[in-house]
Amino acid sequence: MGKIEWAMWANEQALAAGLIYVTGGIVGVAGQFRGWQFAAFGIAAGVFVCLLEYPRSKRGKGTSVERTGQYCFTVCVKAFGPLTRNYYVRAFLHAALCVPGGFMLATVLGCVCLGIASLIYLSAAIHGEHWEPILPRTEPPKRVGDSIKEPPQNPPPRPPPELRRKKADKLETAAYDNPMSVTVNE
Amino acid sequence: MSNWIINHGLSAFILVVWMGINIFLFVYYYLFYDQGPQFEYTRELLGSALPWARAPAAVLNFNCMLILLPVCRNLLSLLRGSFICCGRTMRKQLDKNLTFHKLVAYMIALMTAVHTVAHLLNAEWYTNSFQGLYGPLASKLSMLDDSVELNTTYLNPVRSNSTTPTLLVFTTIAGLTGVVITLALILMITSSMEVIRRSYFEVFWYTHHLFIIFFAGLVFHGAGRIVRSQQVTDPPHNNSFCEDQPESWGNLTGCPIPQFAGGFPQTWMWVIGPMIIYLCERLLRFIRYMQPVSYRKIVIRPSKVLELQLVKPGFKMAVGQYVFLNCPAISQLEWHPFTMTSAPEEDFFSVHIRSVGDWTENLIKMVENLPEGGQGPKMAVDGPFGTASEDVFDYEVSMLVGAGIGVTPFASILKSIWYKFKDSDPKLRTKRIYFYWLCRETYAFEWFADLLQVLEREMEERGMRDFLTYKLYLTGWDQSHVNHAMVHFDKDTDIITGLKQKTSYGRPNWDKEFEQVKQENPSSVVGTFLCGPQALAKDLEKKCVKYSDVDPRKTKFYFNKENF
Repeated sequence: MGKIEWAMWANEQALAAGLIYVTGGIVGVAGQFRGWQFAAFGIAAGVFVCLLEYPRSKRGKGTSVERTGQYCFTVCVKAFGPLTRNYYVRAFLHAALCVPGGFMLATVLGCVCLGIASLIYLSAAIHGEHWEPILPRTEPPKRVGDSIKEPPQNPPPRPPPELRRKKADKLETAAYDNPMSVTVNE
Repeated sequence: MSNWIINHGLSAFILVVWMGINIFLFVYYYLFYDQGPQFEYTRELLGSALPWARAPAAVLNFNCMLILLPVCRNLLSLLRGSFICCGRTMRKQLDKNLTFHKLVAYMIALMTAVHTVAHLLNAEWYTNSFQGLYGPLASKLSMLDDSVELNTTYLNPVRSNSTTPTLLVFTTIAGLTGVVITLALILMITSSMEVIRRSYFEVFWYTHHLFIIFFAGLVFHGAGRIVRSQQVTDPPHNNSFCEDQPESWGNLTGCPIPQFAGGFPQTWMWVIGPMIIYLCERLLRFIRYMQPVSYRKIVIRPSKVLELQLVKPGFKMAVGQYVFLNCPAISQLEWHPFTMTSAPEEDFFSVHIRSVGDWTENLIKMVENLPEGGQGPKMAVDGPFGTASEDVFDYEVSMLVGAGIGVTPFASILKSIWYKFKDSDPKLRTKRIYFYWLCRETYAFEWFADLLQVLEREMEERGMRDFLTYKLYLTGWDQSHVNHAMVHFDKDTDIITGLKQKTSYGRPNWDKEFEQVKQENPSSVVGTFLCGPQALAKDLEKKCVKYSDVDPRKTKFYFNKENF
């Protein structure tokens, strides 16, 4: 399996796990299940995981595809610096967040999925990957010569009209050659 | 609107039928479990969570049956061959098999979510019932033991006070298989996201084999018969009379103890057929893998393109088809698709392989280190598999658009035309061909330019210059190209390809091209074939719809796309 960046799959898995955690939590709280406190925690943890995982990382090689509207999330996640950059931290965080989900049926699936995501992130960290924000490129627009903005105000200089039209008998003294014949009816 | 019907009508109809069946199944089974009298006592314990769990289960049965079928490529090739009588609109639907597979997968995911949530509620409420939280009737029903001496059968799968919902799920067959297959489904879905699939196909491919676990678990999911319905007893148990006095069951003549039995597992009946078909499909791929393949010629073309001419006994192909190649020396399990570049009239088949990833790079390196005239590494071939290009000769007029590496199937088509022409094949219905070749730079395609040169000569010799009109577009030009062109503009042949037809720079103006084709062929059916990027496909599809006329006497454009 050539140049796989494990973090990409871990990211998809963690996002899915977050959504499942939230769903399980909502069911647990809304149905007033026994142990609903774990479900409430599941909602909070799930939302947090979704927010953390929504912005995709910049790929080491190749083009990165952003998720719609991820820029604001990128800025927030970037603000935490090394905590979010390092995948060991993320792996450990997901492992810790998933444990309470195992105590209640509704959140068990979210727990296992988040656990798997944590393992894939661990693999990514071992392979030396890290999270890079995708920022919009600030390339300066191509500089066109300044003179192109200022078209000339005056026409180019021309000799006075009498000298301009070449009379048929004064070919040698004319200012330039006529491209067409100027005699009438030809 | 009418143009849309011509090009998309059948697809829309199939989708409507599929969705209709889904909705019917959902509503029918919802009402069956919501109103069926044999489930009245079950509903006493579970409320409407029972029908909410059973209805998606029925839809899941239907969709799990469907999901294996679009990926049996040999079966689809067989269908395509036998549909020759039924018109090209039917066969075009087979091109969209992967789209349908994904659609069915989404439905499975959605229904799994509904089913799982409903069962979460069921597990909780079964537990609550047993602990007496729902009143005397529910308690009495839950207390019914599974005992031969007492002549009772149980209704509530929770049998003891210490059973929690989690324990219930993990100690029943249904619960355990349910969790395992849902997990497998989630892993399959996250690894088949477009981003992962396009970048790391191996992860997608290997993880997707979890479907084996999915189907195994699915078949056994109902084996525990945990959904129980009331049986008819002798004397009969009158529900409406007896439900108000559960304490006197067994002591009143009209209220014997009600008996329950589990429902017969049905899922296997839905999925066993497609599972066998898929097994045959994989078996066929394996048999093809074992068949010997020998090399007729190996050529290393400029720009790291490898041409392999292979011979396999009993191999028959049609134009534009593709094969899957497997090289055990590089990877035991990977099969990679390559379009064939030879014509069916030749006694060998060839592929042109470019270095784009691990597998292709390894292959080229291996071949480069071969001794002169030696046989190449052992290769297995599966296929050939049909694509839309088989239909090229059915249209009176064909527009062939090849972008970049997508020009490859058209090498096969153009060569076949050349052979058919030489043999004056009456099967050739095509009167005109317009060929558009778009590429960023011409290196890696010099072999194709050579082919066009040969064809050009042949066409001229026979005075058939009108038959093939080809236009080349160099989309990645820069100032040096411009300078070069300016200096050599009066040369007879093109400076880049050496062909008589000059290369154009930039992308084609499709409106102009379609107008030209429409003008030159006022009453024909035109087939447009594309092998290239998705964005171009959308563009061309729109143009086909735009320039098609509903009037059957006027020009009509049909769009066909290759997909891998």
